[in-house]
This record gives sequence, structure tokens and C-alpha cells, in this order.
Amino acid sequence: MSESLTRDDVAKVAHLARLELTDAELDTYTEQLGAVLDHAADVAALDLADVPPTAHPLPLVNVLRDDVIGPTVDREEVLSQAPAVEDRRFRVPAILGEEP
Amino acid sequence: MSAVENLTHQPVEGEHFTITSEATGDVWEIVVGLEVHCELATATKLFCSCPNMFGDEPNTNVCPVCLGLPGSLPVLNRNVVELAMRLGRALHCSVEPSVFARKNYFYPDMPKDYQVSQFDRPINVDGWLDLPDGTRVGIERAHIEEDTGKNTHAGGSGRIHGADYSLVDYNRAGVPLVEIVGRPHIRHPEQAKTYIDELRAILLATGASDAKMEEGSLRVDANVSVRRVGDPELGRRCEIKNLNSLRSLGRAIEYEARRQVDLLESGEVVKQETRHWDEGAGRTRPGRSKEEAEDYRYFQEPDLVPLDPGADWIAAIDGAMPALPAARRDTLAAAAGVAPTETAVVVAVQRDLDQLALAAIAAGGDGSRVLLHVEHNLAVEGAESLDPAHFAQLVTMEVAGQLTATQAKTVLGDMLESGKAPDAIAAERGFEAMDSSELEGIVDGIIAESPDEWADYCGGDDKRRGKLQGFFVGKVMKATKGQADGKAVNAILDARRTAAG
Repeated sequence: MSESLTRDDVAKVAHLARLELTDAELDTYTEQLGAVLDHAADVAALDLADVPPTAHPLPLVNVLRDDVIGPTVDREEVLSQAPAVEDRRFRVPAILGEEP
Repeated sequence: MSAVENLTHQPVEGEHFTITSEATGDVWEIVVGLEVHCELATATKLFCSCPNMFGDEPNTNVCPVCLGLPGSLPVLNRNVVELAMRLGRALHCSVEPSVFARKNYFYPDMPKDYQVSQFDRPINVDGWLDLPDGTRVGIERAHIEEDTGKNTHAGGSGRIHGADYSLVDYNRAGVPLVEIVGRPHIRHPEQAKTYIDELRAILLATGASDAKMEEGSLRVDANVSVRRVGDPELGRRCEIKNLNSLRSLGRAIEYEARRQVDLLESGEVVKQETRHWDEGAGRTRPGRSKEEAEDYRYFQEPDLVPLDPGADWIAAIDGAMPALPAARRDTLAAAAGVAPTETAVVVAVQRDLDQLALAAIAAGGDGSRVLLHVEHNLAVEGAESLDPAHFAQLVTMEVAGQLTATQAKTVLGDMLESGKAPDAIAAERGFEAMDSSELEGIVDGIIAESPDEWADYCGGDDKRRGKLQGFFVGKVMKATKGQADGKAVNAILDARRTAAG
């Protein structure tokens, strides 16, 4: 098991992702995620001072489009796909938290 | 009575605002850093070609990208980059290669369940903004991000707490924003308002945003802390949200600073948290505790490649930079021979009348006089279309004593209405320079009419004399139908008193 990752860390991340995990799942994921982090630690141990950080796997920058209005989708079609609709808007359950 | 009510506060010289505790005698200062979100004035959204339009029918400006439908991919709007860089360079920032990141959270204002923002590598870093009073406020960063959809809370109180459910309009989801993070260099509620005024002027000058607080295209959060004057350490801060006007901004900062002083004076601590300003109640209320940055689990947006505008694009932006308010103030102040911090200079630039003032000064008008009229008599529609040559002529007539200050104001009003030259208007109105011997005769006549007042004027103390001076000047003005020059009348009165004395 990883020394860097605790069961509490996994529980916290699960909460942030709104995942409900059983005790057995917490044990499993602590071990599996720990192994991933250990692998990353191997890379971190290398001397990479002269290697520029990779910002993206594709060797591309500045993929841009012109500021020209294009088609939008029909509101009735969009709202017909939603579980609940009211007054031309998406209806969602009561929000428990606050705005980020 | 709470300790806050025992505190007195007064703006002291310059930009400092302090709160003095009567209980301990300690003097506190406030430290404010502002975070401003402004919507960019593009035709389309940040990552899709839906219209960026305020006030449209709900959920009509939406597409698979901004609705977060599976398989859709974002493509960055070139004009967003252009406007963000223009703003960044206007704020003296360095434009850096940048990347986009996902900020993850569970809240239905973004259908994707994350907001695309810039996190560890923002486009603009490390600039500054100079306030008209000469204060330089540092800019930590000005980065690009998406705006969110608009929630309407239904049922209950209509507020988020106690609502039965919410309704969401995604027209605003994906509208481009720049978030401008200012350093905590502000020390006064009024200075915070000035900072927003100045920033708004820059946003308008660069065309980056229409910067309308009332429509939400410019939104301000204030980080407020307090510390004892002289303490080099920053106090623990609270972030104040829901500031919908400059008035709210100033009031909220002052309230929050007093609340924090009250807490610290009574031996308690300030809890780092988000607080909401309640304009009706005139107070801030606690919101959620500030989440740690890692709770958003930022990671690089894999669907977008890095942005690296390069030296040529930056040079093109710099080359096309319009004159900014600070530079315009400097130019006008130099031409008028006054300091750029003079209120009249600040006001002239704010009202877009600096070009008129410069032209009038270039046409021979006295700088100080021109600015005086701009500040006090030209706060009207159409002032910018005033003929600068006529304006200069008016000022010259005034300086030469051909018109009194009151007459000049009247003539200026007529000039704006009719477009006629000031000498023609003065002639029509019968404003003619009063011969000095004629004026002396009138003053002498009035002195003779009021011997008691005159004796009092000559023998009374300064206060009494000031009152009677008003009495005599008023009588002369009445006798001359307002055509006498007040200054000349005062000079004659003074000379007569000295002679009598």
C-alpha cells in the first residue's frame, strides 16, 4: 500500500466526486490509487531539470475560430430532452450548496 | 452597545482611511483587494458560436458545446484572446503562454459540472493600474474563463435557502469572462470605487467589455481585512460577494472593516469565509466557508490545446492601443499646466471632454479657466460638440475682464444651444464690460445710501465684515443687473475702507 495515500484521502476525493463507496471499496481504491501514485513517484524521482514540462500531448498551440455567430439548437427540442422543465427553463432539484 | 459603535472613523489625509478604537486607542487600517469579473464584448461565446447576448429569451443561445452534450468539443474564440490581451496590456501585464483547466464542482449553473478557466498558467500576469490620485494598484493576473448559467430559485423565499427547486437558463453559460485579480493595495472604501471607475474606463477604451454593473457584465468581489496601522502582516480576510453597485461596494467594505475590528478588539478572531452583502440591512452575512483550492480538483482541460499568442500578436496589440485614461490625464494636465491629480482633469477625462479642453487650450484659451468650465459648467449632453475656438474666445474674454464669471457661464449655456460665437451672444445679452470709474461711482453711491452698514463694515470684526461685504456686493449686483464683476467690487470696497481707516 502507498505511503502517500491514506484511506481518508480516498474518502475525501470520493465525497468531492459525490461517490458513495462501501468500506470494502474504500480499501480497494486506496490500494489501487496508491499504486498509481507510487508509479508517478518513480517519475518524480528522475532528474528532469532540463526537460520542459509537457503542456499537452499534441504538439499544437492556438487552435482558434473566428468570432462569427453559428446555428443554435431549437429550444423545444432541447427542453424536450430534460427530465423537468418550467417557464422555458430547466427545472432542477433544490440546490443544497451555495454558488461556487 | 457593541465595540463598533464606540469606534470613530475618519478619512485622514490622502488615501488612508482609519478606524480608531475609543477603548484601546488602537488605530486600524483596512486592506482591500478586488476581484473583478467582466464579460467580454464578443459576438459569440468562449468555446462555441452561440450568440453572446444579454437579455434574450431563456435557453435560445445554446448548442451541444455549451450544454455539455457528449461528444461535443470546445474551440477557442480568437476575439476572446484578442480582447483579453488588449485588456492585459492596458493593465501593464505580461502576456504569457497559457493553458485552460477544468474547475470541478456540483452546481447546476454549468451543465458540464465543471467550468473551464485558467488556473496555474493564466494569460496575463503581474501588471498594475494607476488611480487618478496617484496610487498604483498591482494586478496579480487577468485570466480567461467561462461565465455560468443563470439560476432562478423557485418556491420558499425565492432565495437559495429554502427554495423548493431552481430553474436554469443556459444562455450565459460559456459567455467569455476575464477575471482581474487585484493585489491588496487599496486602503479606503472610496479608493475601491475609484479603482472600479478607472478599470471600467479602461474596459471601455479597449473595447474589451461594455462593463455594465447593472446588467452584470462587470461584477466585483472584495477581499477585506484589517490590521493595526504599522503592522506589516496582513490580517485574515473575508471575501464579500453580491456587490451590485459602487455604492454597495463602498458601504460593504466599511461595514466589514468595522465588524472585523470589533471582533479583534474583543479578543476574537476573524474567520476566513465568504460573506454576502445585504444592501437593505446594510450588513454582511456569512456564506459558506471558503473551500480550499484543491477541492475544485483543477486539472488541465484535455480538449483544448495551449495558447501562445507570440511576440508578433502582442506587438500588434500594443501598436493599436488606444489612449488610456491615465495617459489622457497626463496630456491634459501638461497642456493646462496643472497636476494630473486635479479633480478638473480627472472629471474632464471621465466625461470624454479632454479633447475639447485640449483644442480650446491649443486655440489660446487659459488652461485653468477652460478646466473650470469643463468641471462645473459642461456636465451636459452635447458639451463635446462645443466649438473649441469659441470656447477659447469665451475664456479669453473672461480673463480680460470683459465678462464676469456669472456672465461667462450664461454665455456658455447659450453657445451650447445656438452654436453662436461668445462675442455675439454677449452683445445680444448686453453683457458689456463695465467701465471701472462707472462701477466706482455705483459703489460710492451705495456706500452713501447705507452709512450704518458702512461704519459697521469698516469697524467690525472679520466675521461681521464678511457678512456686510455680501450685503454691499449684493446691492451693487442689483444696481448693475448682475453685470458688475464681484472681484472688482470687493477691490473697490477694500480700497474705500482702507482710505476711510
